[in-house]
Amino acid sequence: MALELIAVTVTIAFSIATSIPLGAYMFRVFSGARTIADPVLVPLERLVLRVCGVDAGAQQDWRSYAVSLLASNAVMWVATFAIVSAQHVLPINPDGIAAMEPALAFNTISSFVTNTNLQHYSGESGLSYFSQMFVIVFLQFVTAATGMAACVAAMRGLAGQRLAALGNFYVDATRAAVRILLPLSVPLAIVLMSQGTPMTFEGAARAATVEGASQTIARGVVAGEVAIKQLGSNGGGYFGPNSAHPFENPTPISNFAELWAIAVIPMAMVWTLGHFTRRRRLALVVFAVMLALYLPMVGVAIAQETGSMEGKEVRFGTASSALWAVTTTVTSNGSVNAMHDSLTPIGGLMPMIGMWLNNIFGGVGVGVINMLIFIIVAVFVAGMMIGRTPEFLGKKVEAREMKLASLAMLWHPLAILTGTAVACSVWASTGDPATALGWLKNPGPHGFSEMLYEFTSSAANNGSGFEGLGDNTPFWNVSTGLVMMLSRYIPIIAPLALAGALAAKPSAPETAGSLRADSAVFGFTVWAVIVILGLLMFMPVAVLGPIAESLAVRG
Amino acid sequence: MAERAQSVSIWSAGIVRPAMIASLTKLDPRQQIRNPVMFIVEAGSALTTAVFVQELISGTGRPAFTGQIVFWLWFTLIFANLAEAMAEGRGKAQAASLRRTKSDAMAFRIRDDQTETVPAAALRAGDMVRVEAGQVIPGDGEIIEGVASVDESAITGESAPVIRESGGDRSAVTGGTRVLSDWIVVRITTNPGETFLDRMIALVEGAERQKTPNEIALNILLAVLTLIFLLVVATLPPLAAYAGASLSIAVLISLLVCLMPTTIGALISSIGIAGMDRLVQYNVLAMSGRAVEAAGDVDTLLLDKTGTITLGNRHAAEFVPVAGVTRATLADAAQLASLADETPEGRSITVLAKEQFNIRTRTFASNEVTFVPFSASTRMSGVDLAGRRIRKGSFDAIKRLVESGGGMLSADLVASVERMARDGGTPLVVAENGRPLGVVHLKDIVKGGTRERFAHLRAMGIKTVMITGDNPLTAAAIAAEAGVDDYIAQATPEDKLKLIRDEQAAGRMVAMTGDGTNDAPALAQADVGVAMNTGTIAAKEAGNMIDLDSNPTKLIEIVAIGKQLLMTRGALTTFSIANDVAKYFAIIPAMFIVAFPQLRALNVMGLATPESAILSAVIFNAVIIIALIPLALRGVAYRPLGAAAILRRNLLVYGAGGVIVPFAGIKIIDVALVALGLA
Amino acid sequence: MKEVRQAVLFTVVTMVLFGGAYPLVLWGVGRAVFPSQAGGSLIRRADGSIVGSALVAQAFTQPRYFQPRPSGVDYNAAASGGTNYGPSNADQLTAMSDRRGAFARINRVPDERVPAEMVTASGAGLDPDISPESAEMQIDRVATARGVAADRVRQIMRQHIAPPALGLLGRPRVNVLELNLALDQELR
Repeated sequence: MALELIAVTVTIAFSIATSIPLGAYMFRVFSGARTIADPVLVPLERLVLRVCGVDAGAQQDWRSYAVSLLASNAVMWVATFAIVSAQHVLPINPDGIAAMEPALAFNTISSFVTNTNLQHYSGESGLSYFSQMFVIVFLQFVTAATGMAACVAAMRGLAGQRLAALGNFYVDATRAAVRILLPLSVPLAIVLMSQGTPMTFEGAARAATVEGASQTIARGVVAGEVAIKQLGSNGGGYFGPNSAHPFENPTPISNFAELWAIAVIPMAMVWTLGHFTRRRRLALVVFAVMLALYLPMVGVAIAQETGSMEGKEVRFGTASSALWAVTTTVTSNGSVNAMHDSLTPIGGLMPMIGMWLNNIFGGVGVGVINMLIFIIVAVFVAGMMIGRTPEFLGKKVEAREMKLASLAMLWHPLAILTGTAVACSVWASTGDPATALGWLKNPGPHGFSEMLYEFTSSAANNGSGFEGLGDNTPFWNVSTGLVMMLSRYIPIIAPLALAGALAAKPSAPETAGSLRADSAVFGFTVWAVIVILGLLMFMPVAVLGPIAESLAVRG
Repeated sequence: MAERAQSVSIWSAGIVRPAMIASLTKLDPRQQIRNPVMFIVEAGSALTTAVFVQELISGTGRPAFTGQIVFWLWFTLIFANLAEAMAEGRGKAQAASLRRTKSDAMAFRIRDDQTETVPAAALRAGDMVRVEAGQVIPGDGEIIEGVASVDESAITGESAPVIRESGGDRSAVTGGTRVLSDWIVVRITTNPGETFLDRMIALVEGAERQKTPNEIALNILLAVLTLIFLLVVATLPPLAAYAGASLSIAVLISLLVCLMPTTIGALISSIGIAGMDRLVQYNVLAMSGRAVEAAGDVDTLLLDKTGTITLGNRHAAEFVPVAGVTRATLADAAQLASLADETPEGRSITVLAKEQFNIRTRTFASNEVTFVPFSASTRMSGVDLAGRRIRKGSFDAIKRLVESGGGMLSADLVASVERMARDGGTPLVVAENGRPLGVVHLKDIVKGGTRERFAHLRAMGIKTVMITGDNPLTAAAIAAEAGVDDYIAQATPEDKLKLIRDEQAAGRMVAMTGDGTNDAPALAQADVGVAMNTGTIAAKEAGNMIDLDSNPTKLIEIVAIGKQLLMTRGALTTFSIANDVAKYFAIIPAMFIVAFPQLRALNVMGLATPESAILSAVIFNAVIIIALIPLALRGVAYRPLGAAAILRRNLLVYGAGGVIVPFAGIKIIDVALVALGLA
Repeated sequence: MKEVRQAVLFTVVTMVLFGGAYPLVLWGVGRAVFPSQAGGSLIRRADGSIVGSALVAQAFTQPRYFQPRPSGVDYNAAASGGTNYGPSNADQLTAMSDRRGAFARINRVPDERVPAEMVTASGAGLDPDISPESAEMQIDRVATARGVAADRVRQIMRQHIAPPALGLLGRPRVNVLELNLALDQELR
């Protein structure tokens, strides 16, 4: 156990240490400064932009930035929906996978376009190799880039003074994909291949086992997908069990590399915020707040999961799986290396908390955006308490900012609680629901947790699941599809508007009398606001699900 | 600190009794809807009442429990209304005392060189009136002729009369004040109902209260919190249905009301009213709540040297005789002229004479001496003693005296006077029988404690800039002594305006005081412009606050009051939200104990029964409003500390306290309820 | 209109780049540098037929073989998955109890010493590894079934213990398929 704890500590420390230079590199990329990778990557960036006819110097205000973001995502949605619906006639389909039916395709495409990667299709048999490449891998790059672009635009808004433009969406998204995600994905994929992750266009292998049975071993173009699924906080795996599958995560080394990849860009985004706002201390405070939420959750999960091997792998051990479960949910990643449905009740509560808050590092880009919302609320309350009208980074936080922050803040519990309530209503109003609906693998509070987790994961654009939920039904496909879409774009557009509003304001110099966002006491305020608001929003459902189950298990 | 002229205790019967009645009439939904948080409480109370009646009629449910919930829900509302009514009541009491000064005086209106007697209420802007000694000035206006001493105590509470005269910066008079001596002709500048007194009454009564920007933003936050809790509570019945648990309306409404930020929602308007009120107690009128909020945000204070940094009166420092006169002679004459002068300047002359030449106070029989008091027209004072006519006064006044006697002022006297003026001092010329003897050098004295005060301001992040007409050398000396951050010497009104614009361009908020017409542009430009009541109409129109005491030092208190207002809002918001943690631990286990008996473990307070738990939380939620009314009206304790220190302190008191207090409070109420057999 | 054109062009060009070029480059690297791993770490017999993948568990029921962990999908590597049973699920408690009893019985160990991993299914149902402790408990049974000394089996088993990577990552583990193939090879 001691060794496992050391390994956990080393993993976290390594992610943090590497995120610092990466954050600086990302800032240089997005602000147009020179970097060492320019000779290779800049031509590629120019190529993409030239083909699209984007003038790299064209600036957009928050509205046109948002319009470009939505337009590109809409086109991607339509294109990829068409591909999965026609995958049976498209090439590169050695295992003869059939077309995806419309409700499932709606869910799947909504899931991947929104960077959620909730998977209602069955892993190995749902998608052709063509779809895996041109739908899944493609979307895993560009939707991650979309989130990073939105975040960068928001950061420019915070840093700017009397600024109208937030940058150019296509330039930012292209830079994120070509100059950040791509150069990290290629080496990671190669490391994974070295550990045993397949990368082959051949179909499933047919084995005659030692004892003479036959075993069909699905494989495919896996390594590239696993790399970007982790780096882009996508999480959607090639196989059903995701990174618990030995091909997606063959060894402790691949496990270490993937854990690093899950956390490093979300962590680096915080440092990038520090560079944009020219406040390293602000980044430090925000990072510390995130760590102060993250580490206790990791600790609880490790303690709870010790000795619980259901759904876990011998090669990783329970501590590493507990660390993964928390990391993948706080970062909006959603890949798993253990089955979350089989976590202990409190161990399973930790991933839910991670997704309820959804701002501890968070998804690439969107995590910092979500944190911004809580910071605005904290600024508002703390600002008044020091006797000034609230200001953040010297900019007054007034009615318009509060409205936008409120919208983003309200949506998340609205989606989760209403979605779960509707599901529970359907359940309660169905005769013999266990057999009639066939939704829940587990009865009682754990079954409640399965439904709660599904909407939580959808609203958090996470994508992990309590997979005991029989979710490939019209109800779940449509409801979670809608939740994923709204939960992606409302919390991006509202903060963009917020950043646009803040960007237009002058920034007052900070004095001893103003609330310094980069002070420890403000960091504590943000932490407390997150904890208390999170508790107030979600304590009842936590009690009805995991806590009731936990207290029952303990007797 | 300024004298608190019109403070009224909030617990006096005159306030509490009408407030109790108002707290019931304010239950009118048309009034409640202005406060969304409390409106939802009212809707919930009404719904629960309907459930209660239905339970009584049908004999189902638990009417004894529901009835108690209903009782306390309505009291939550009534307590909230009481808080507002008490804040308004105090304002009304102050308005009433102001209104008493608004006499139905008659006025002598001058029209076509004819004087006619008309009621004050008939006067319109532009009318000329003649006001004589003993008369009340019938309306706000400007003196166009004459000089008079005026008793303004009705407005300012300050009993010492002030001089008002035509022309210059002392020409404004306020309706309701009384002329004590001489006569003046006033051009009325406002119509009835718009006078200063009228506006003041309306302000303290809260009639013109509009929500300030910060209040609007806070209301949005409270609204979204309310929506979130509405969502949490509304989704509970279907969520509970999965577990086969059913939840009663009364319990759901109880949870909702407990979670909603009712504490701050109930007190938010009281805090705003009380903030304005606190200013009024300091004899400052804010023209809008916005101005009070802005005061809390001030980064740069422009302070006039005189009266703020230095004592308005100066002290004698030196006797400088003209050629042919000894210093002792001059000192003797100056001392004689000052014997009856009780002003600080006058006393300081006798002190200096005693120190330097051991000239003692002399007593004279009343028949051999005549003291000449200072008069507004001559601007001199002195003594007539056995054929000696000794006068002291300003250079201009003595010059007039000497020249009227055909004399001349010597060149060395003029030089001394100029030197003193240049160094920021005030020359006081002494003459005997129309012959100048020399000059007494009156020097500025920096007020005691000024340095510490500015250090506090600096700790609060506020930059102080001293504005003075002195030359740069003197200004630098005084600035260093007083410890201001910056100064502008030989400041012109244009300099002030430019400084304000520069500070604002850098994103800072600026406060200043001013009284002259030439201050008006700067007062208008400043984020907080405090016009002295003694100032001109133009200055008063330009500023967004008026200091009735005309005490420029008060700018510092005004900033403190603005900060205190915001701090109170923030503290109570924090407290209100922090309270919810304990309420969850009281209500959630109680709600689901039937479906999940294991949730008993969450009943950390050990509350007796599910009913007593819910009831205790609801009662706590109602009672805490009453308990916090004094805090809302008084404001949270304010100390001039840096932002981090203030935040740390308030987080500890209102954040941590807000989490802990209700655990104890709910437990105590629960024990009491059980003891009383109510649950 | 410009908005739509840019969106379409952006979609097309990034789809070609990330959906096409990126996997192809990696596929090329895999073929050149890690041909075995990139193909699925397949183990072949002398005749070229596939026994299985070193990374994928397969069923072993005979006493002469070390047994892998239970599988929620019966070692189906074309439809992998976990049981998704929650810890409070009665079915799960029954299944665990049954597996514990079976393992204890065939390996002659007390119930309470049965390792957790041998009564629980892994995430994918394809966990190729067991802990050295679980392997140790099976040695006597395997040796008896094969008619060899337990120490001989133990010796081979110990050769197949993979230590934590870099001395730090993961737990010591034994690959069941490779161990069983080694037994067949060396104890012919």
